[in-house]
Formats: sequence, C-alpha cells, structure tokens
Amino acid sequence: MSGERAYFDHAATTPLRPEALEAMLPLLTRDYANPSGAHAESRRARIALDDARDQVAELLGVGPGAIVLTSGGTEADDLAIQGGWDAVWADATGPGPPVVVCAAMEHHAVLEACRALARRTGAELRTVPSRPDGTVDLDVLAGVCGPGVRLVSVMTVNNELGTIQPLDAVADVVATRAPGVVLHSDAVQAVPWMDASVSAAAHLVSVSAHKFGGPKGIGALLLRHGATVTPRIAGGGQERGRRSGTPNVAGAVGMAAALLATVGDRDATVARVTTLRDRLGDGLASRVPDLVESGRRADRVAGILHLRVAGVEAEALVVLLDEAGIAVSAGAACSSGAVEPSHVLASMGLDPAAARSGVRFSLGVATTDEDVDRALDRVPRAIERLRN
Amino acid sequence: MSTVHWTGFPAPSSACETRDVRVLVAMSGGVDSSVAAALLVDRLGTDRVVGATLKLWGGDSDSGCCSVADVDDARRVADQLGIVHHVFNFSEEFEKHVVEPYVAGHAAGTTPNPCIECNRHLKFDRLVERSTALGFDAVATGHHARVQVAPDGRYHLLRGADQAKDQSYVLAMLGQHQLARSVFPVGERTKDELRADALRRGLRTATKPDSQDVCFIRSDVGRAGFLGERVPLHAGRLVDHVSGADLGGVDAVELVTVGQRRGMGHGTDGRRRFVTAVDVPARRVTVGPPEASLTDRLDLHTIAWVDDCAPAGTTGAGLAALAQSSAHGTAVPCTVTAVPGGDGHEGDRLSVAFAAPHKRVAPGQTVALYDRDHPDRVVGSGIVR
Repeated sequence: MSGERAYFDHAATTPLRPEALEAMLPLLTRDYANPSGAHAESRRARIALDDARDQVAELLGVGPGAIVLTSGGTEADDLAIQGGWDAVWADATGPGPPVVVCAAMEHHAVLEACRALARRTGAELRTVPSRPDGTVDLDVLAGVCGPGVRLVSVMTVNNELGTIQPLDAVADVVATRAPGVVLHSDAVQAVPWMDASVSAAAHLVSVSAHKFGGPKGIGALLLRHGATVTPRIAGGGQERGRRSGTPNVAGAVGMAAALLATVGDRDATVARVTTLRDRLGDGLASRVPDLVESGRRADRVAGILHLRVAGVEAEALVVLLDEAGIAVSAGAACSSGAVEPSHVLASMGLDPAAARSGVRFSLGVATTDEDVDRALDRVPRAIERLRN
Repeated sequence: MSTVHWTGFPAPSSACETRDVRVLVAMSGGVDSSVAAALLVDRLGTDRVVGATLKLWGGDSDSGCCSVADVDDARRVADQLGIVHHVFNFSEEFEKHVVEPYVAGHAAGTTPNPCIECNRHLKFDRLVERSTALGFDAVATGHHARVQVAPDGRYHLLRGADQAKDQSYVLAMLGQHQLARSVFPVGERTKDELRADALRRGLRTATKPDSQDVCFIRSDVGRAGFLGERVPLHAGRLVDHVSGADLGGVDAVELVTVGQRRGMGHGTDGRRRFVTAVDVPARRVTVGPPEASLTDRLDLHTIAWVDDCAPAGTTGAGLAALAQSSAHGTAVPCTVTAVPGGDGHEGDRLSVAFAAPHKRVAPGQTVALYDRDHPDRVVGSGIVR
C-alpha cells in the first residue's frame, strides 16, 4: 500500500550474506555426511567443519581449540554462565552465598541464565543498573563486586540501544574488586561493527551468526585466558566434550563465510552505515518534535538508532509503521510476539511510560539511501497520527 | 451468508468517505472469535481485517508470556484466513483494572466479575482506543450479542441469537461510544452453527472447548490458592441469620460468597443453608434457610446506560425492566429507581425492586437490566453494593 518496504530490524536478524549461502550449499547437498564418521564422505564434512572453525577462531582472535560451536547466542550465553560457573566454582566454598553479577540491561538470554543459575545453585543474583547514557554503572558494579562474587556478565554492545559498554574498565573493576572471577560478555551485537579485540578482556564471549550475515541456528562461545566450561548438553562428546550433538556443519561454514565477509568490508560498512544512521536520526529529529535519541552517537555501534517518542506507545507505532512498510522493533519481543516494556530503558531509570516509548531502527549491510528516504517520508506521518 | 446481518456495522465517517471500512478483530484463540474473523473476511476481504490477540496476564514469571498456545491458535487461524495478526501487550492495564480490583474485592468480602471489568477497561476501552489510533473503524469480538441501529441513530445492544450462549450480560456496561465501534459477527449464529462453520472451514480451533472460569487463575492453583498468595485469608465464624447463634467455623471468610450454598451445611430442620451476608472485618458469615436467601431489592453502583443517560422513568415512579444477575441467569421483572445522593465515589446509584422475591446477589456482582417490552434489548447495568 505504501510502495517498497524498508527493513530496519537488522539487529534482530540481518539477511544472509551471498558468500555464506554459496559456502553452505555444498554442505546441504554434496557433502551431507556426519563429520564424525570414518569414511570419505565424513572426511569431506569434517574438513569443511575444521576449516570453518579455524577461520572463525582466527577472525575472532582465539585458537581453534578455544571455540565451542553452539546453536546460537542464547545457548552460548547459557553455556558461559551456567557451564562457566560450574567449571570453576562447583566445588568451591566460601563465606556466605556465592554471587553472580550481571548488568540489568543484559539480553534475556543472559538475564534468564543468571536467574536459572541462582535458582539451581542458591547463588545470589546482583544486577547493575545503567547510567542515563545507556552504559553500565561502573560505580555500582564496583560496589557489588566483593567477596562471594564468582561470575560477572556484562554485554559488549547493548542490543536495544547500540551502546558500547566500557568492557576494559569493567574487567579492571572486576579484577581489582574480585580477583579470579570469571568475566563473560555477550558480544552478539558487537561482531557486525567492531573488532573482536573489544571483548578480549572477557574470559567467555558469546557470538551469533545471524546477526552478521550467517544463518540462524549457529553461534559460538569463545574461551579466552584459559577459561573452561562444563558441558550443558551430554551425549557423544562433540566439541571436545563441551557441547554434544552432531555438528551443524553447513551452519558453521555459513558463519565462517559471513564473518570473513563482515570483517573484510567492515571499515567501509561502518562508515557508510554510520552516515545513513545519522541522516535518519537527524532527519527524523528535524521533522518530529520531542524525539530523544538514546545514547551518544560516538559511543554506539553504527547500526542502531534508538528513539524515545514522547507521548507515543511504541507497540502501536510498530504496527502503524509495519502497515506503512517500515519494519522496526520495540523492546524485546516475547515468544507470543507481544512487546514487553523495555527493561533496558527501565535500567536507565526511565519511568514506565518512557520505557514503553522506545523504538529501534537497526541498519545493516543491505540498508540503502532509499530505505532511509522511505523512513523519513513515512515515520513522521505515523508518529503525528498517533500523537493526534 | 444470508444469516449474516450486521445492522450495527458502523459506516465510515463522512470525513473519510473514500476510505474502506477496516475492522480489528480480537482473537482469543477460541472458536467464536476465529469464526468472527472468518465472517469478517467473507464480508470485507483480507485487506480490511486485521487480527489482534491481547496479552493480558503474565503469570508468576517476570519473563512469562500470555498463554502461548492460545496466541499460536489465534495466529495460525489468522494465517489461514490470510489476514495480518498482532499481539498487543496490555498486561499492565489488566493487572491494574482487573486483577487488583478482583483481589481487593475479595479481600473486602465482595465477589467481583473480572470478565466484565476486562470488557469494560480492556477490550472496549484500551483496545477500542488502540484500534482508533491505528485507523480502524471498529473492533470485532466473538461475543454472542448483536448491535442494531435504531431509526433515530442510536445503537441498541441485543442478546445473541443463541439464547443459551448469549453474552449480552458481560457487555451490559457498553455505551453508545463503544457500540458505535463494536461488531459482533457471530451474534446471529448458534454455537452449533459456529462449530459446524469452523469445521467446514477447517479452522484448527473448531473443536476447542469453551473457556471456563477466570482466565488468570490456573485450575491447579484455584481461587483460594490465587487469593491466598496475594492477601491474608481469615478464618471466621458461621452465624445464624435470625438467632445469631454460632454454627461453627469457616476457613476463609474472603472466599465465601453471598448466595453460596456449598459447604454451609443444613439447618436443624434439615433444609440447606445459604449465605446471606459476609462481613470480613468481623470475620463473620451469616447463613439462613432458603427463604432468607431471597430479597425484595438490590442497590447498584457503577451504573452504565446503553443510551449513556438514564432512561425516563428511573427518576420518577420507576422504570419497569428485567434484571439478570448472572451470565446465564433468568431475567426477572423489576422496577428500577434512581437513588439520589450517591456518595460521589461510586457515582449514581440505582435501586432495583423485584416483582417477586429474588435470590440475593453478592456485592460486587453485576446486574444487567433489559427492556421489559423488548426483552432482548439491554438497557444498562450496575454493580451490587
């Protein structure tokens, strides 16, 4: 009804890179075998898997033995928090209950893994609020890190706001206040835009392929600084005994190809997408009164523009924009598809009405000037209609 | 198709004559709203109908969702019909307008009707407001009721054609504003016809059982368990209606309802006893014989009139009407009179005088009033004081 659609939900899933599709097809057709077998067919799959693992490890700056392939970011987070805890602390004793710490703005994959860990082990969960600029409050973090703390999880880039977290400073605080603690970082939203070194201070790092042009259903946990994990899935002992289950060979190959393409043109992509994002942000700000852009641009990844639209319910705006051919998201969608009030905005101290007014425009490699033009044309009308 | 007859269907406003009517259909995942959506698509086409399922209750868990199975059913039916489907998260409003008053009402010894409050505040207020903001002309639901436009332009709310499934009682708080924006596509059909239609269309909800009980209380927890987690429940004494004699104890005064028979035992004459009053502060439940369970009159607050204002007659000698005090109860003759000097908090008050003694109705319950001359036509409603 409104001409061409424009997709601004790349942070949810960005399209498969052509390189990834091309790399995957032989694994879905010719080289179909289980890589664990002892015959030529298996060897072909095995080689493809090993090559993909080597490539992902190299591009993310770890050794090939320091990667556990998972079904995605959520499983990587669970393996890090629950499996990482168990590997180091299962038999440890100390005064008082053990403590797990995470940022209040974490993705549900981390928040719920921490809650599940607390229920299972009796550990205390401490969450760290955010500053108004969308970064974790380091002072509060320092305050909650003390005796009893065994694992800390702070994301590299927030998925709703795009704000880059001060992970090196987090690592310093943790190392000073609670030496020996395992530090995990969910870097799912960082990979498309930033070098892997930004999360290198963490022991455990989660990544997910479909955020950077790979397929859904594949991700990885990186083990740095000698970190280990106890498996969460028992079985045939694949992934060096750390994650059982027949390897997703095509997924791993697609992830490797997507990562290679992402890293290869990242500088150019970041420059181009930053320009598009800023044109979108500036253009909307000049056309629509009472818009607040969350986080400072310099402290955000290129692909995310998060706006708080005063007096508008994001849930309604998303529906209206969908009808107008603009795909955006609001907060986190639960499994039923309902929009939950944003816990990220709440962690910044925003009131419930403001926490329901946030919409995320997320851009990707495929975003064009025409997409931005469509948004600049249609979004102000939708907001005006809802404010009417 | 000849039986589909929506005289109440709103015409597009003159301001947008060139625009097609668009309807947002509330889909619960049940058979009634599934067929309602299908009938709308028959009439309007897939481009002018959008489905919406309301997330109303999050349950205990912070990250919990509404009944995902019901949302799945609604979404799959929408997919089958070829219409867009959304989920709206109204759980905060549901907590505020339905769950909290339900709990507070029981704590005060009354028996609220949460379905009516959900219709009043969620489906026909919040959802109607949302639908208007999104450019829809009307909200459709699967309720068994009918809307008609009178020659003078007023909207009438009528019972559903299937008297056994009629749901006009839970809609009796609607006024002209809501009725002008509401469509009840299944109101002309019987439930048997609906299920047959759903089966013929191959809708996955065709044989789904009707929903029962209060949607936010899990059957394995029950009302006592649900309320017990939220408010203190107090043991109390059972007292004779006439003599004041102590007849024993009850576990939780807050769980007893006026009119209740179950668990109240028998009098010395062997006849069953009925609850005639619940006094939570005094921890006292009063019971009496069957004749004590009857009353000549009721007082109502939170009055709503279909015509938005009180009909002539209520301020004078009284309006001859029919009163129905439960979802599928019998409507009985009564005379309705305005009570001057309501306390402001509850707004206007009404006195309902029954033509013949009527069983007591628990405070908090709704009485729906129907037209004596047109017994299918809703006049208004109020909540028993």
